[in-house]
Amino acid sequence: MTAVDVLVIGGGPAGLESAYSLANNGYDVAVLEKEKNICGHLNQAHSLFPNFQNASEVRSAMIDKMTHPKISIHNDTEAIRIKRDIDKWGVETGSGKEFMAPALLLATGFKSFDPKYKEELGYGIYDNVITTTQFEAMCQKGSIVSPHGQKVKRIAFLNCVGSRDEKVGNHYCSRVCCINAVKQSIEAKKVLPEADIYCFYMDIRMAGQFYEELYRKSQEVYNVNYIRGRISEVSPTIDKRLHVKCEDTLSQTPMKITFDILVLMTGIEASLGTVALGQQLNISGEYNFAKSLSLHMADNYSSHKGLFLAGTCKRPLTLPEAVADARSAAGEIKNYLKTLKQ
Amino acid sequence: MKFHPFVIPFIAGVVFLLILIVFRLKQWLKGLDRKQHFFVKQNFLSLKTLYAIVEVFRESLLHFKIYRKNPVLGYMHMSLAFGWFMLIVFGKVKSVLYAGSFFEPMWLSIFFNFFVTSNEPYPYAAVMTFLMDFFLLIVLSGLLIAFVKRIYSRLVGMKKTTKHILIDRIALVALWGIFPLRLFAEASSSALYENGGFLTAGVAQMFSENFASIVELPLWWAYSLSLSIFFFTLPFSRYMHIPAEVVMIFLKKWGVKTNEHHSGFTNIQLHACAKCGICIDACQLDFAASQKNVQSAYFIGDARYNKLTEDVVNNCLMCGRCHEACPVGIELTMIRQQYRNKKEMPGKLYYNYVDLNGYHANVDIIYYAGCMTHLTPGIIISMKKIFQAAGMSYWFMDEEKGVCCGRPLRQQGFVQQAKDLVHKNLRMIHGANAKLLVTSCPICYVSFKEEYALQIPLMHHTEFIESLIDDKKISLESKAITAVYHDPCELGRNAQIYDAPRNVLKHLNLKTSKCEKNNGLCCGSSLSNAVLDLDHQIKVRDNALNVLLEKNPDVLVTACPMCKKAFTHGHKVAVMDIAEVVAKHLNEVKTKKQLSEKPEMITFAK
Ligand code: SF4
Ligand code: SF4
Ligand code: SF4
Repeated sequence: MTAVDVLVIGGGPAGLESAYSLANNGYDVAVLEKEKNICGHLNQAHSLFPNFQNASEVRSAMIDKMTHPKISIHNDTEAIRIKRDIDKWGVETGSGKEFMAPALLLATGFKSFDPKYKEELGYGIYDNVITTTQFEAMCQKGSIVSPHGQKVKRIAFLNCVGSRDEKVGNHYCSRVCCINAVKQSIEAKKVLPEADIYCFYMDIRMAGQFYEELYRKSQEVYNVNYIRGRISEVSPTIDKRLHVKCEDTLSQTPMKITFDILVLMTGIEASLGTVALGQQLNISGEYNFAKSLSLHMADNYSSHKGLFLAGTCKRPLTLPEAVADARSAAGEIKNYLKTLKQ
Repeated sequence: MKFHPFVIPFIAGVVFLLILIVFRLKQWLKGLDRKQHFFVKQNFLSLKTLYAIVEVFRESLLHFKIYRKNPVLGYMHMSLAFGWFMLIVFGKVKSVLYAGSFFEPMWLSIFFNFFVTSNEPYPYAAVMTFLMDFFLLIVLSGLLIAFVKRIYSRLVGMKKTTKHILIDRIALVALWGIFPLRLFAEASSSALYENGGFLTAGVAQMFSENFASIVELPLWWAYSLSLSIFFFTLPFSRYMHIPAEVVMIFLKKWGVKTNEHHSGFTNIQLHACAKCGICIDACQLDFAASQKNVQSAYFIGDARYNKLTEDVVNNCLMCGRCHEACPVGIELTMIRQQYRNKKEMPGKLYYNYVDLNGYHANVDIIYYAGCMTHLTPGIIISMKKIFQAAGMSYWFMDEEKGVCCGRPLRQQGFVQQAKDLVHKNLRMIHGANAKLLVTSCPICYVSFKEEYALQIPLMHHTEFIESLIDDKKISLESKAITAVYHDPCELGRNAQIYDAPRNVLKHLNLKTSKCEKNNGLCCGSSLSNAVLDLDHQIKVRDNALNVLLEKNPDVLVTACPMCKKAFTHGHKVAVMDIAEVVAKHLNEVKTKKQLSEKPEMITFAK
């Protein structure tokens, strides 16, 4: 049994940032991370939008912060059961360990939509249909190649895969994939200046600082083609490239283009941990994201005393938003712990 | 002559009813189209008429079909219809025996016990009196069930019973009055003239002579009036189903078929609906998705009284469950289709950009995946693998370019546009000179079968795979996987393919489900319902999933790309098309057969 001041479930950017902030305020914090490594989805990023900062810089800064003496990191530790005593939260983990603290922070984050549920896009059937995460890994390596060894002449990005799609049950916008597609199409152009890049969208949503500028730049400087229309069907060509069918809804023309790689901009869904713990704690809201007490007034609070929420376990957020939310959660926890002492 | 003024309402009712039925019959028959007329003329004087009479006896009187579905309900219908029929028959026999002539006044048999007292003996009087009472008892027992059913429909195994309009209610009250009134009228006469049987005389015990003499005439009047009201309202109420069903049975036996055009035969069927409500219980839109007033019983009623709304016509999955359940055998989905068909041609076809300019010659098989299968590429890949393993040459007709088979358009009523597509496809299919057309989509299958005058055989891939296994062209590894097979509506009820998939899946541990074969459920994604929103489609889907997954199979197998997609989105179980299962469990082919060389593309002359 480990007793601390604050227990953080989830060692992604949000969990780590709040842990650091709380530790700086003198609290003992334990971070429970189910994976081998901390930093969550950031581990899969090569560069960050909108300024192309190297993700590894951000990662090392985060990992540095975790050397704080008041922080203990527990990898490979999945929170399975949460118990509540008076003013105390207890957590049992999959490996049988137990933790206890007066305050508990849920930072269980998101998972990417599994594109196998949209079979028409051919993910898992044609190996040159990949996800945005796999494409990021290619960028990391600096080589964008087709699995069949052909020279990559044309790449398609498809937005809103698993988002804004009533068929799969997700009506909401994941908010980050539009700008991420802009970023990735520029990355693609940087590696393969000769390649044609197409981006298929329903709406281009550029609501962040510098987003619109980047979108413009992608067209003016990098010649990325934006086509308003969803891809309806993907089929293989004889030489194992991809035939993509869609309609350009602006000019109302049906089109069929051949691509070497199709990148699916998969949306954000509540992670398995968010779903499981949210249901256990009875705080599951829309689409199984964790529900805060009040969006405008108590967004880091849950309906339980001493249980706080931070980051993308609540809804799709960009990295800076998630980190800022984590700091705000730390502030609320600090206040809460003070009132407990009195 | 035996006469009393109270028989007048009865006579008026009978005459009115006969005139109206003859008039209606003429109208209906006039409304038949040429082909239907031809069949009537052709078979009018054939053995088929005899079969029809037998069928009328079985279904209109004894109600075998309802009995098989639900014995209590069957008994109810049988006792009312058959019981009444026997009362009429024996009533007639009795009065003929009494009068010694066949041409006694027609009311004599109906009001016999008023006119004939025990002082006037006639042959077989005792037997006749017994039989009449016996059948009256049968009718009354049916009436009791009908009465209870109105109040508590679950007794007869039905969850829903139809709502009735005013004229139906009047007719219903009159009908329910007839037999109790007859019982009491005969009982009062029996009290006075001692001419009752075991039932009427028994009831007469409760009547003092004095009381009987007061109530006798009013009771006979009331009996005659209730008959009269029933006969006057019958042609406008649901009870018109009695004569209409008889007409329908004759026409069907003579070979008259429902086609996609509204005709006199449609009108006959609209009237043949008994509003029994059995179809409502069969409809998933009712019990799973709380869509009210759109089920066939309502649809038929609305069509009959000319108050159909677009929503009722269109809010239907065309799953055919009601058609399967209807004891009268009304062609419910086809009739709904008739009402969907657009009278004029709204808008031009939008497919002109696809230039279909040729076909492949000299292949064994044409493979047509279908639009929906293109959204489930896993099925296509599996089919390619199966063709390869069986060493068959094929031309994948809609691989790159292709148009829809036309059925979804047709189901929405765009008949003309659908025909354009049929024409385009037929040109390519027949150009290729192949031996067989295989499709992966049950929707296309039904379309090819019913709307294309194909000159080559057609198979859905379930049948095709079955034949490959039978011919030992492919074989499957046995697997200890538990599976449940879902019958797609189009492949099952519409195409009657039930055994092929089950034979193919023998290599798995195939479990049965509660709703199988012709009782299969709809996945909710039916293309023929363009008005049901996704939330309600999901309710239909989840209802089907719950039934299919009762035995917790490892995999749910289906044979339709739409069903596959729908069930996959339910996130409850692994869902596979039968072609995917087969491709995955194919035994390694020992000698790799050489595929015939890819044949040349032939272009149509411009
Ligand atoms: S951010 Fe863009 S791509 Fe992502 S869900 Fe929203 S609209 Fe679609
Ligand atoms: S359509 Fe058939 S099942 Fe439905 S109410 Fe009419 S007779 Fe009964
Ligand atoms: S076809 Fe199916 S959905 Fe339509 S009324 Fe009949 S049972 Fe209901």
